[in-house]
Amino acid sequence: MGRLAETFFNAEVIATYLPALLSGFRVTLELAAAVVTLGILLGLALAMLRAFRFRLLNGLIVAFVDVFRTLPQLVVMVFAYFGLPYAGITISAFAAAVLGLALVLAAFAEEAFWAAITAIPRGQWEAARSTGLSFGQALASVVMPQAVRIAIPLLTNRTIAITKGTALASVISVPEILDKAQSAMSISANASPLIVGAGLYLAIFGPFVVVSRWLERRYGWII
Amino acid sequence: MADAPFLLEIDGLHKSFGDLEVLKGVSLRVRPREVIIVIGPSGSGKSTLLRCINRLEEPTRGVIRVDGVELSARGVDLNRARKDIGMVFQAFNLYPHLTALGNVALALRKVLRMSRQEAEARGRRMLERVGLADKASAYPGELSGGQQQRVAIARALALEPKLMLFDEPTSALDPELVGGVLRVMRDLRDEGMTMVVVTHEMSFARDGGDRVLFMDGGEVVEEGPPSTIFRNPAHQRTREFLQRVLHA
Amino acid sequence: MQDFIANFANLESLARIYPLLFQGLEVTVLLSLVTVPLAVALGLFVAVLYSFHLRFLNPLLILWVDALRAFPVLVLLVLVFYGLPFVGINLPQFAAAVLALALNSGGYYGEIFRAGIEAVPRGQTEAARSTGLSAWQAAFSVVLPQAVRYVLAPLAGNTLELIKTTSIATAVALPELLRSARVAQETTYNPTPLTAAALIYFLLLWPLTRLVARLERKMVASR
Repeated sequence: MGRLAETFFNAEVIATYLPALLSGFRVTLELAAAVVTLGILLGLALAMLRAFRFRLLNGLIVAFVDVFRTLPQLVVMVFAYFGLPYAGITISAFAAAVLGLALVLAAFAEEAFWAAITAIPRGQWEAARSTGLSFGQALASVVMPQAVRIAIPLLTNRTIAITKGTALASVISVPEILDKAQSAMSISANASPLIVGAGLYLAIFGPFVVVSRWLERRYGWII
Repeated sequence: MADAPFLLEIDGLHKSFGDLEVLKGVSLRVRPREVIIVIGPSGSGKSTLLRCINRLEEPTRGVIRVDGVELSARGVDLNRARKDIGMVFQAFNLYPHLTALGNVALALRKVLRMSRQEAEARGRRMLERVGLADKASAYPGELSGGQQQRVAIARALALEPKLMLFDEPTSALDPELVGGVLRVMRDLRDEGMTMVVVTHEMSFARDGGDRVLFMDGGEVVEEGPPSTIFRNPAHQRTREFLQRVLHA
Repeated sequence: MQDFIANFANLESLARIYPLLFQGLEVTVLLSLVTVPLAVALGLFVAVLYSFHLRFLNPLLILWVDALRAFPVLVLLVLVFYGLPFVGINLPQFAAAVLALALNSGGYYGEIFRAGIEAVPRGQTEAARSTGLSAWQAAFSVVLPQAVRYVLAPLAGNTLELIKTTSIATAVALPELLRSARVAQETTYNPTPLTAAALIYFLLLWPLTRLVARLERKMVASR
């Protein structure tokens, strides 16, 4: 039992590496914030654009969504980081991680918002247009408020799953929690940094999960 | 009134959905302040006719003019034109995420570009006109069917349209709620609104309008004052329909 | 453009390394075939237990499921592969990957099955029990078949996610598809192996993505 504590909860090791782990914590938060904001906004924009039904644009949007819903997040990230330089685009590991995850989240978010938009009864469009609102106004003031509410339960699980992909950024050496924890672990030959890292992830994503349970309960019954 | 220019002119209106021809050349002229009631069996094209007037359905062929503006023309500013035409739907189609006042005021703010205060003031006046001033902050889900339809009427009236279209406004209502809506429609008529009403409510058809149109199979079979249509229909088909509906 | 193709779609490189990629594909497929049934079984077990509404047990189950959902799966993998050896448990890469993936995904499956079970009216269980069926029998023969029908879309979606997530085994040097592509890249000095791997992933998973999209659309429409 004592050995267990020494291996996994070594106070001395933890004290030494805590600053590094906390800086990793900040990076993880930045990654998560960037990914969620960019991904959901992009997905929302794509879904609203899709509502205009321009043939060529639709084809592009659907292709985008299919590709990024199918490819594993890590593959997209790795491709962005190791592949883009060959196309003349040098990109930092942080940016590659954000790009990879945000594109994937955008694809899922677009699908969720689009499904919600198409679930809004035609009568809502007709009523809005019949009072002289333009297509864009009807979309923004009548359809989207209802659609967003429908989309939330569909989105929450997906958003959490993809945001947790920030840990994958350690694979391309972004200095987030797992990356810091792993190097601390190998230098100190002790597993405590990893346990602290796990605890830090729990601190971030535990609330995520609680909030999502609340959101699902609140908005799941709107329809 | 006989010499007033026409408010609504429909010439040779055709509408096909794919291979199915639903309107086979309908023509109609409506003067200001006239109330036209359209009756007929299901599938006769009555609703389609109405929905072509404000181009919720695109006519396949034909000309539609409202207050001199040719709506069926290509370059026409449809959104501006729709301000002058109010529509009331069978399914009400109230916006569930807005209160009654919100429903009425939305187009006032977005289309007429009124300030929030102006829009709400007019909105409340409209709700009062349909007898629902006290329900301004209620959401559609909290209102009965009849109340929802009256809010829908207020919403359409708010833009002060020249023409009101009613697409089977009471068909989705429980019988005891129909009267309230019909009363509002009669008040509108008395105030001089030009109306085209598609309905199954024969009591309203008999005494609510100036002219009755009987449609069947995509055509106007017969039209005339209610007294003539109901007591002395000229066509066999009209007679058969009236028998079915009045004695069922 | 010439350069682009020479880098990203270099046929000569491809000819050299494709055996490596196919070996990687084999491992990916094997990993998926083993992990999915295990994760589904775990999720089912937890969900059915939850449906018995045993007062003391349910909060614990919720905690367990939320904990599994709150950790990034890569963290679990690192814990299992690098952490367990500290207590003398040395799992080979494949087993470590299976364990981490199954535990994490099992949490998600558990949530999905739970939602499905709760959508089945209580009267169904009551009717079944009143004819003498035991709690487990009622759960499996009456409630579960109905529950599954409600949640087909999230089930398919989660399975797709699980298969995509096998790519994280790269981090522990398991020679699955992504890892093989990275290794191959070191001999070709261009990102063609990554392009090829992305293409293979896409071809492998795209039918499942389409299926999930169709199921999700149906689910929103029926609400």
